[in-house]
Amino acid sequence: MGRTLAEKVWDQHLVREGEGQEPDLLYIDLHLVHEVTSPQAFDGLRLAGRRVRRTDLTVATEDHNVPTTDVELPIADPVSRTQVETLRKNCAEFGVPLYPMNHAEQGIVHVVGPQLGLTQPGLTVVCGDSHTSTHGAFGAMAFGIGTSEVEHVLATQTLPLKRFKTMAINVNSKDGTLRPGVTSKDVVLAIIAQIGTGGGQGYVLEYRGNVIENLSMEARMTICNMSIEAGARAGMIAPDDTTFEYLKGRDRAPKGVEWDEAVAAWRELRTDDDAVFDAEVDIDADALTPFVTWGTNPGQGLPLGDRVPDPAKIVDENERVSAEKALTYMGLEAGMPLRDIHVDTVFVGSCTNGRMEDLRAAAEVIKGRKVADGVRMLVVPGSMRVRFQAEAEGLDEVFREAGAEWRSAGCSMCLGMNPDQLAPGERSASTSNRNFEGRQGKGGRTHLVSPLVAAATAVRGTLSSPEDLN
Amino acid sequence: MEPFKTHTGIGVPLRRSNVDTDQIIPAVYLKRVTRTGFQDGLFSAWRGDESFILNQEPFSRGSVLVAGPDFGTGSSREHAVWALMDYGFRVVISSRFADIFRGNSAKQGLVAAQVAQPDVELLWKLLENEPGVEVTVDLEEKTVQARDLTVPFEIDDYTRWRLLEGLDDIGLTMRHVDEITAFEATRPGRLPTTAQV
Repeated sequence: MGRTLAEKVWDQHLVREGEGQEPDLLYIDLHLVHEVTSPQAFDGLRLAGRRVRRTDLTVATEDHNVPTTDVELPIADPVSRTQVETLRKNCAEFGVPLYPMNHAEQGIVHVVGPQLGLTQPGLTVVCGDSHTSTHGAFGAMAFGIGTSEVEHVLATQTLPLKRFKTMAINVNSKDGTLRPGVTSKDVVLAIIAQIGTGGGQGYVLEYRGNVIENLSMEARMTICNMSIEAGARAGMIAPDDTTFEYLKGRDRAPKGVEWDEAVAAWRELRTDDDAVFDAEVDIDADALTPFVTWGTNPGQGLPLGDRVPDPAKIVDENERVSAEKALTYMGLEAGMPLRDIHVDTVFVGSCTNGRMEDLRAAAEVIKGRKVADGVRMLVVPGSMRVRFQAEAEGLDEVFREAGAEWRSAGCSMCLGMNPDQLAPGERSASTSNRNFEGRQGKGGRTHLVSPLVAAATAVRGTLSSPEDLN
Repeated sequence: MEPFKTHTGIGVPLRRSNVDTDQIIPAVYLKRVTRTGFQDGLFSAWRGDESFILNQEPFSRGSVLVAGPDFGTGSSREHAVWALMDYGFRVVISSRFADIFRGNSAKQGLVAAQVAQPDVELLWKLLENEPGVEVTVDLEEKTVQARDLTVPFEIDDYTRWRLLEGLDDIGLTMRHVDEITAFEATRPGRLPTTAQV
């Protein structure tokens, strides 16, 4: 019987097949490290007298804690500063390459890997960060791990893992395109709303279908990035010419003869026609419109044209209680049109939507327009490279002229570990990935949106899509 | 890691589904570089509310958390497990756990016991009707028992074995270091490296 893409990549990395209940031992090709989930792992190595087995397959950057203003100055928050300094000390002591603040390659770890060409088809990629699923857009098997596993990978370059189940997510439309104003962010929010935040548990999702095939690499990354919000271990997309085109010429991509060898090997990384998935889900992309969340988990989303749902009409008791709590926290009334929701802040950025195409899309909407009175708009590029490229294209000026703040690279308001936070009760339209209670600041209220919806919302002050501006 | 056979302690009914790791411990507590002392961050937003279950005696002394489905979703932060354990929890019961949380628990010796939702409801009722009742979690028998109620739980056999024995993962893997070295010799030379030039 044929194998799925995920099974092929798994099989290629088997150091040892588990016997009986024992898990398989899987080799890890690329280990990405940041300052938040690594200090206790390095400490564990030190205590046990262990070294980093493969410093040449490990790379670190500073992203979660870094401020996005005054980046030349020392970090003002002493606790954040300590964490960043701890990473620097650990990388120096153990010989791990590091891209620190103000380095041209610094940025959100999931933006840095792909843009360097480190993320390649068929690799196993891990990071102490759940959004590692992003790298699956290249046909890599990429997943988030906890700090104990970070320590395990540092020490052994392997992980003991039970085989994941596989789920196909088939996204198709008549002509393979999305309707105007609909982005890959809307696609993935709709997928999560359909299968639920637990729907992907234990699975690797493989996104397939004519819509996926026609997406750019950056759009694919947005979809794979949010696989974890459906509870999945990883999300993957089979590599194709779009993937190879993106990779060709990048710093860490193979060159010359090795490039041709690599492409030949990558072309084999496809689910066989006779392979069977453990589960399949179909998404009718012709029916998709801009999608926004109304609640406090990423599965609580609806088309922008809908109304805030009435919990009383939800049959499942747990979901009903969850919806009631969400509406109370979010300060929303059942039945109100989503388009009537006013926001205080608009955040464009994060490992979900902080890449060039995202910034270009937002800039195009906001060009020649103004951010509404009383609304604060933050635009935070995902990496220093993205920042410089955007500045070279004049996007920073577009945002500034509209009244938005143009910042330096980092995770920023996605999770508010740096000073970029919502105040209690403040409401945001955010291109990030999680609308959990307090995620963007204690008491903050988050609506997840695409970059297009974010920009249109900034102009109108209420949740909007670009077509509302005409 | 200490071996885990059975544990008996006060059960805490947490009637919430989708308890994500941002609720278990918000990001602001993740800035520390130590591995202990995270108990103050546990459920910190909810603990600001006096009626929250952990603000009530005797639940504040609980060690077995009984939660709704989809516990531990979201961020990979192992700090969520550390915070639960630093507070005093030894077992979390839920009908569904997020994968990364379940993995992190197993590394630290926190038992993530998967109990069918109707049984979780029975436990909730019992714990609410009789606050402070002790719950016994038997890892060998894979049962949760409180008063005359005994319900089974699921945990994968390998994790159960490791917890019962108190075995360290890295030590187990290092027994296969020759196989790792042999595998490395077969990796194509074209694969990327991070070495800075």
